[in-house]
Amino acid sequence: MTNSNQIIEKLEHLNPKKIIIWTLVFLGSIVMVTPIIFMISMSFKTGQEVYIFSLFPEKATLKNYIFVLTDSKFIYWGLNSLWVATFSTLSVLFFDSLVGYTLAKYNFRGREIIFVAILSTLMIPTEMLIIPWYMMSREFGWIDTYWGIAFPGLMTGFGTFLMRQFFMNLPDELIEAARIDGWSEFAIWWKIAMPLVVPALSALAIFHFLGNWTAFLWPLIIINDPDMYTIPVGLASFNGEYEMNWEIVMTASCLATIPTLFVFIFLQKYIIKGIMLAGLKG
Amino acid sequence: MIKNFWENLSINQKLAITAWVFLAIPIIFYVTIRFYPTYEAFYVSFMKWNLLGAKKYIGFKHYIRIFNDEDFWIVLWNTIKYALIGVPISLLISFTVAYYLNEIKFGHQTIRAFYFVPFLTTAIAMAWVWRWFYQPMPIGYFNIMLSYVGIPQQPFLRSIEQALYSVMAPAVWAGLGFQIVIFIAGIRAIPKSHFEAAEIDGAGRLQILKEIILPALKPTTIFLVVISTIGFLRIFDQVYSMSEDSAGGPLNATKPLVLMIYEYAFDIYKLGRASALTVILFLLLLTVSLLQLWFMRKQK
Amino acid sequence: MKKIKLLLFSIFGSVFIFGSILANAVEIEYWQYTYKARVEAIDKLIANFEKANPGITIKHINFPYADYRKKVAIAISSGDGPDLVQLYYGWLNDYRDSGLIQPLPKDAFSHDEIESNFFKMVSSMKVDGEYWGLPTAVRSLALFYNNDLLKEAGLSGPPETLDDLVDYAKKLTKRDGSGNMIQEGLAFDGGIGQTHHFWREVLVRHYGGQPYSDDGQKIAYNNDAGVKALTYLTDFEKTHKTTSNGFMNRGQDGFAAGKVGLYIDGSFRISKFVKAEGLNFSISELPGHNGTRYNFSSFWANALSSKAKGEKKEAAAKFLAYLTSDEAMQVWLDTVGELPAKPSVALVDANKQHELYGPFIRGLDYATATTFISEKPQRQSVVDAYDMVVLQGVSPKDAIAKVAKKEQELLDDFFGN
Repeated sequence: MTNSNQIIEKLEHLNPKKIIIWTLVFLGSIVMVTPIIFMISMSFKTGQEVYIFSLFPEKATLKNYIFVLTDSKFIYWGLNSLWVATFSTLSVLFFDSLVGYTLAKYNFRGREIIFVAILSTLMIPTEMLIIPWYMMSREFGWIDTYWGIAFPGLMTGFGTFLMRQFFMNLPDELIEAARIDGWSEFAIWWKIAMPLVVPALSALAIFHFLGNWTAFLWPLIIINDPDMYTIPVGLASFNGEYEMNWEIVMTASCLATIPTLFVFIFLQKYIIKGIMLAGLKG
Repeated sequence: MIKNFWENLSINQKLAITAWVFLAIPIIFYVTIRFYPTYEAFYVSFMKWNLLGAKKYIGFKHYIRIFNDEDFWIVLWNTIKYALIGVPISLLISFTVAYYLNEIKFGHQTIRAFYFVPFLTTAIAMAWVWRWFYQPMPIGYFNIMLSYVGIPQQPFLRSIEQALYSVMAPAVWAGLGFQIVIFIAGIRAIPKSHFEAAEIDGAGRLQILKEIILPALKPTTIFLVVISTIGFLRIFDQVYSMSEDSAGGPLNATKPLVLMIYEYAFDIYKLGRASALTVILFLLLLTVSLLQLWFMRKQK
Repeated sequence: MKKIKLLLFSIFGSVFIFGSILANAVEIEYWQYTYKARVEAIDKLIANFEKANPGITIKHINFPYADYRKKVAIAISSGDGPDLVQLYYGWLNDYRDSGLIQPLPKDAFSHDEIESNFFKMVSSMKVDGEYWGLPTAVRSLALFYNNDLLKEAGLSGPPETLDDLVDYAKKLTKRDGSGNMIQEGLAFDGGIGQTHHFWREVLVRHYGGQPYSDDGQKIAYNNDAGVKALTYLTDFEKTHKTTSNGFMNRGQDGFAAGKVGLYIDGSFRISKFVKAEGLNFSISELPGHNGTRYNFSSFWANALSSKAKGEKKEAAAKFLAYLTSDEAMQVWLDTVGELPAKPSVALVDANKQHELYGPFIRGLDYATATTFISEKPQRQSVVDAYDMVVLQGVSPKDAIAKVAKKEQELLDDFFGN
């Protein structure tokens, strides 16, 4: 009885204007995902059918997926991407927080210089650094290694900046109290400060992981061995002057994109929250 | 002995030393991985070098040649166009969506997810999909839609006038979700009291927008403007995947600075010239960001 | 005690022997770009070679075509990378200039033998008195045509002359009610693909000119011949409306989908069309003009990288010799479908009259290969000239003049003029 009353109440709140707005916004969101829907649709089509414009394939086939998953090294690439992105993200979470905390909570001569210097690295485009990096990698034998792919991104100016903002908001008294209690500086950072900035950490983790997952230029240069490719580099290998099959390309693109979509669906709440926080503090 | 030394320091000194200890490894990292290579890039920009063989010092010759190269000016203007047009368009769209989406309750999460999903995609993969969309009939989605409403087919990627915007579109599309989420956060951070006061004053929707929401979103907007400008100035993946032979064509219509750098470095092996172009890119990014920050801070 | 001594002795003995075998085993790296059939072919050839040469193992690495050049350059320049590398013949000057490869040792590869055994076009690998690489296979251009579409248009047999080509193209073009193209008469790829070769080595010559001066240092197409050639090419899209660059994404895609009547491309395209379901096609030699025919041939050569030294160089040279043997060439033809680089293998009757390879092989006879100093920008010249005429409405004369000027600067820069 009360339920239908509530529904009637809700319906009374509706007015045409709201409905129009809702519809427009909703349609907009559909337009946004259309490219992805078509990408998925094409991945199920055969080489001939892919040229026909339609949403649902007439003869849906899994052949393309089987090809990409078994005949190519896609699975290796996925694991490589996963490993490198995870390692890099953990490093960033550790070091960017450490540096951000130090710059936020310690007073020492040269602090501002260090901060500005690190911030200035945001201005340096990676395109400028790739050749010096390669020469360095060759010197130390980092070609075709996970370390070689990951090292340029182990610490970032953006992450440091972000964490510093968050740490600055922590009350100094908390830290002072811990010091008086005899806690080591490291323990204060690790056990007291860090748990308080978890939202920022998750935002940073997501940004960095995503950026790493889709990174293209550097992995392209540092990896020679096709077994060691990351996903974007592997994707590009489906596109050659002498060989480009659209249905395979679309399938590979789907496989490259779908995992991130799934993660997003499950972690949506945290991801969005993290980004909101990042934006507010930025 | 060290213990004694340590215990004789003041607390402040101890903290300072701890700070430096914490910073030790990161400093090494930034110096070797960011600053030294930057210096090297500047250094090489004054050299003639083809990857193997010796480097030959030629002073500012590269820069002079670049400024005399008409292709460079086309490329520079392209790069600026990407940002000049891409940033306002994406912010306008994302703000509009954020404004209305914020008020929607039914299906909010799902709709928001749909807007955000493009942000998670790999640029290369989506560039191919968009490229397919731009095809002429019978396979191009856009041209098919246009024909349904009686508009003649458009050449898109095959047109000198339309190509740049065609390449820009997926870049804008991918970034919208991120901007929308940030704008919504910004709007929701406005204390409810402001809105209540406005309602009591009998302010209309437009007024609330102009006098409460927009001013409050200023820091958020600055943040997004700076970040997306830098992003557009560095555009690469989409052009690489969508232009024929990755050449930035047709006739350099879509070529941005980063693609030119890539070509000089890895197609013709003129690394000195490529480095000089990276220096120019760097200065461009720096100048534009500083200008934006200064300009927007000034507007109170 | 005696048994233990015997055991110890045999252990040490076998370790010693085993160790010395290992010590003698040389491992070399072979690089090429990724293309399924070529990868298979090399794997086969490696297997054959390793069986006949137990002391040598070969690591086979390949990259996507788009990144190949860059990878090779970066790797070799840092002392890394392959001992034996495949390069497109058009990159020879670039690679030599950048010090990425070294000349073939004359004792293993005598110039007399090369010149008498290989097709003439291989001589473009000879610079400054040294041979810098040798191909296993070569390719040339031919005309692909869709039998069903030709029949439908009432045409029998392929076009034999340049004028026929225009005629056929017109008859094979179809548009729908709103004027949108639904079937393309003649397709070629503007940017990539073989169109620029067609223009340079075939059309320019047909109109009485040649692309470059004999010493290769000066542009020779900035004249009537070049302009007429460009006009002929761009007329398909501009005047006759039989061509639409970008239709079905690329000419090869359109042809494979059965939406293109005529298509010019190289022999490496055969396998794509053979695999296309429902496509009924044939191949003919390129149309001639005024009683002559011209063709463009090209090849990927195997070269020794500058990194290969000492016994690695020896091993690599040995493998290279095998790769350019008659046996290897036949394997390559059967696996990849590319034409043998030696007349002795290619011009065998069975191959010459072959339904698919025949026209390409016969075309080798009158084919020339451009000596590129840097293929990409030179290719871009033709692409830009084409786009200028078709997209910007520039006259062919002005377009040729403009790109010729730029390309001449490129040549001057290279030759130090």
